[in-house]
Amino acid sequence: MTEAPVRDQLRGRLGDSIGRPDGVAKVQGSFEFSGDLTADGFLWGATLRSPHPHARIVRIDLSGAWRISGVEAVVTADDVPGKATYGLISDDQPVFARDVVRYVGEPVAAVAADHPDTCRRALAAIVVEYELLAPLTDPERAIDGSHEPIHPLGNVVRHQRIVRGDQTIEGPVVVEGTYHLGMQDQAFLGLEAALAVPDPGSDGVELFVATQWLHEDRKQIAACLGFAEEKVRLTLGGVGGAFGAREDISLQVHACLLALRTSRPVRMAYGREESFLGHVHRHPCTVFMRHHAHPDGRIRRIEARFVFDGGAYASTSSAVLINGITHAQGPYKCEHATVDGWAVRTNNLPCGAMRGFGVVQACFAHEGQMDKLAAAVGLDPVEIRLLNAMETGDTLITGQVIENVAPVARCITETAALPLPSEPVGGHDGDPLRLPGGSGLTADRSHIRRGIGWGVAIKNLMYSEAFDDYSTARVRLIDGVASVKFATSEVGQGFVTIAGQIARSVLGVDEVIIEPIDTSVGSAGSTSASRQTWMSGGAVDGACRLVRERLFERVGAANDIDPLRLAIDGTDVVDTEGTLRVPVVEASAGDPIDETFEHHHRPTEDLDENGQGNCHTAFAFVAHRAVVDVDPELGLVKVVQIATAQDVGRALNPLSVVGQIEGGIAQGLGLAVMEEIILVDGHVRNASFTDYLLPTFLDMPDVVISLIEEPDPMAPLGAKGVGEPPTISSTPAVVAAIRDALGKDLARVPVRPSDICL
Amino acid sequence: MSVIVPLTLHDALQALAEAPDATLLAGGTDLMVELNAGHRQVTDVVSLSRVADLCTWQHDPVRQVLTLGAGITYAEIATEPIAQWVPALAQAARTVGSPQIRNAATIGGNLGTCSPAGDGLPVLSALEAVVHLRSATGSRDLPFDEFMVGPKRTARLPGELITGVSVPVLDGWQGYSKVGVRNAMVIATASVALVTDPAARRVRLALGSVGPVILRCPEAEAAAATAVDFHAASVSDSAVEHFAELARAAARPIDDHRSTAAYRRHAVGVLAGRLLRKAFPNG
Ligand SMILES: Cc1cc2nc3c(=O)[nH]c(=O)nc-3n(C[C@H](O)[C@H](O)[C@H](O)COP(=O)(O)OP(=O)(O)OC[C@H]3O[C@@H](n4cnc5c(N)ncnc54)[C@H](O)[C@@H]3O)c2cc1C
Repeated sequence: MTEAPVRDQLRGRLGDSIGRPDGVAKVQGSFEFSGDLTADGFLWGATLRSPHPHARIVRIDLSGAWRISGVEAVVTADDVPGKATYGLISDDQPVFARDVVRYVGEPVAAVAADHPDTCRRALAAIVVEYELLAPLTDPERAIDGSHEPIHPLGNVVRHQRIVRGDQTIEGPVVVEGTYHLGMQDQAFLGLEAALAVPDPGSDGVELFVATQWLHEDRKQIAACLGFAEEKVRLTLGGVGGAFGAREDISLQVHACLLALRTSRPVRMAYGREESFLGHVHRHPCTVFMRHHAHPDGRIRRIEARFVFDGGAYASTSSAVLINGITHAQGPYKCEHATVDGWAVRTNNLPCGAMRGFGVVQACFAHEGQMDKLAAAVGLDPVEIRLLNAMETGDTLITGQVIENVAPVARCITETAALPLPSEPVGGHDGDPLRLPGGSGLTADRSHIRRGIGWGVAIKNLMYSEAFDDYSTARVRLIDGVASVKFATSEVGQGFVTIAGQIARSVLGVDEVIIEPIDTSVGSAGSTSASRQTWMSGGAVDGACRLVRERLFERVGAANDIDPLRLAIDGTDVVDTEGTLRVPVVEASAGDPIDETFEHHHRPTEDLDENGQGNCHTAFAFVAHRAVVDVDPELGLVKVVQIATAQDVGRALNPLSVVGQIEGGIAQGLGLAVMEEIILVDGHVRNASFTDYLLPTFLDMPDVVISLIEEPDPMAPLGAKGVGEPPTISSTPAVVAAIRDALGKDLARVPVRPSDICL
Repeated sequence: MSVIVPLTLHDALQALAEAPDATLLAGGTDLMVELNAGHRQVTDVVSLSRVADLCTWQHDPVRQVLTLGAGITYAEIATEPIAQWVPALAQAARTVGSPQIRNAATIGGNLGTCSPAGDGLPVLSALEAVVHLRSATGSRDLPFDEFMVGPKRTARLPGELITGVSVPVLDGWQGYSKVGVRNAMVIATASVALVTDPAARRVRLALGSVGPVILRCPEAEAAAATAVDFHAASVSDSAVEHFAELARAAARPIDDHRSTAAYRRHAVGVLAGRLLRKAFPNG
């Protein structure tokens, strides 16, 4: 438990490429991740999970576990003092399964003991008698009603249509396809981990945890523990990546419950296999799309049907669904639409948030369609996209007008202008590692074919559908030092860096202290939906501006000058109409100035039954061009280069933006050619990094980037969220490039070697 | 749990004689994974990493035999001088894991685990390597193909340890190719080792990850031996195709989460054909 604030001595202002305040510690291994937390006299916690995708619990016998010396607590559904279930949108997920288990890995019991080995033995000693039930694993059977409900709330989590314009439009040019995406894992490196410390008398609890949204966790934990919210205090434990997988509760309630039961601190940490079972994943999805177009290639109408497999519990499936269907048109003009979307419940692993949030699924389909349309009307992939490119002022298929900066055409033309790889097909001479197959030395250059493919995306930023989304920040200025307090989860995206840059720029200080990130200040909302630079950046900016006003009032009063004439220049307060120049250190000496600010974005609306409404807050755009080398006989792929131009509004820290782009592309490439959780009858077959493959350094292409900076007037700092777009259209770009190399249709990701060569 | 860290082969064998069921620990890159995953419980451990006798190699230039101690790492095999004598084994070593893994992982450990996907094994099979086993009471040598008896099953007896492996140093072309879904650090879904022995006018072919053990391909080898011209380094396209077909026919793959049997069978054919063409570049 480090209480010490991160003292950021890096001097960067907005627009500078500065490193992270925690960067050196992370590289050197001294950064404390939540898995490193300990406390005096702590116990280890562990979870017993269902081995079955669907079964009735007939009997649970805990006596074997209790008999093991060193075991201090054994808890089940019977021990949950508050609400038995939780969930982000619908609270349909039990803390522990009581009568029925609905997926492989569902928690059934938890133990606290003096050693991880004792925990393991205790879990093995718990006897659970199951009566197996038929698992529902085919999402279509959840829709057609042929399988009995696997949950009291039924097998359909949400159904939503979008009906706009003339439903009778057909052709003259028609292209269609059915696209499928496998289940991707967020695969963060820092596994789920938390330390729960009970208050004396166990009438409250403090939780140190790696999460994406401290206040939402607190709300759900408190409800399940039967506590008032203020009895549960959360502090962010060092987070090693999130990508959506830390939005839902995993071990939070279990750890708190065990700590309260034993009146001792309890530490829980998942291993990799448990992590695959313990968090939600990207929805597998099947998308049918049919485009009707004019002979010149302009889109007239789209028809689409989306089926998202949400797995056993709702999580954020209903919001993922809305994101998917409302982005069905992609970044293209389209007036008429008929879209049908389903998010369903099955006995597969629960799915929820992951970087791209429903739009990944839509984009893979609409980009496949754009290439088919291009071929049908005799245009190339760039021409068809430019012809249809959306602009500010266009109306979406939901009836919402795009008010943001929308440089879609610029994203495409600037990407096209980036240089193609200088290296010849099959890589540079003498470097066989650059060929498909890599270190396996499976090919020489004569076996390789090159392809080029495109992907362009639109992504909503922030939350949607009438959610009152806000973030809070408190700023204190004294002696030229700004302290910034917020509950924004730093999950690796770099908000702590940006917050310092904002404070330095607005207040004219060099030194910024980022206070511990915890629930002792108002909510920051989730670190998701590409929203924190906009939302928490807006809150820090707002609080800093309030502090600056007070500072100017102070300087104005002392010098008898209208505060409105004052400005910050470097680290001084200056009179814009005179000669006064006072260092901020001096002006803020002795007496602190404190201000708190809440940033709310503009309100959004629910969709009506025809899927009409201003449901989204803002949008960002991006284009990707992928160059791949393919070994058609073996089905192996090497992505050689990805070029991208991204609409970022304003790059507050270009280095950070580039980091998001490169990382997002790695994740998009992973989905394109290797990342998939393989489920057979609800059982995971590859819950390890031996068999769930992530791209290595040798799989990453060169990435060439053009940042499109058209500051968005709607954004507090002109900056759009940049985290999700790189992941979204990089996947279809890579697949399009493989198709181009082979002249073969591929409608499923990840593309497997056998899909290419057999 | 007891851990014994002997410094000599004698002490290691002694320790093993006293606890024949003790688990041997070399680089730990297989063993620790199994322990962490809870797939294996250990009571007594004999660590071999400090046994100097196991960490040496000998090249006999007269008999043209290379003997590698069990503790030789893949990093050592991948570099000179060892690499020049057994280029295919060096290539297999370069495909193992990452640099960190190659620095720790040993050839003895690869033999100890004896997974059909072990990258060193197809090459040892094609080279007709001899595995050296020793216990406190004696020693014996086994041809590799008799040493590996099943998936992760060997002919090693309790109380025995692998002291090393001997391979011939041949002057013909040899190579190793491995297919995985990722371009590095991946378990083979199919692999092929091809070794040529111009003096004996033989081509030897071994397949990994397509059967319960490493598979030799006698039919393909015989067909190649008659079809190739060692002197001109040539072979016809149709002979290459026939060779690939016989390799495919020899495979006994299964479907699993890493690949389908059909793909594995297809892939070993492609790899075998490409390796033969590399060995005999002229048409
Ligand atoms: C990230 C990662 C990537 C990997 N990638 C690959 C890969 O690409 N290709 C590949 O083939 N393997 C790979 N492996 C597996 C492993 O590295 C190899 O099998 C390696 O050769 C094992 O050697 P070791 O010295 O680490 O063995 P250890 O783990 O120490 O031992 C392995 C087994 O052999 C036994 N053993 C060890 N030495 C002896 C001996 N002298 N006599 C008798 N028994 C003995 C041990 O008891 C144990 O059962 C990978 C492993 C990891 C963790």
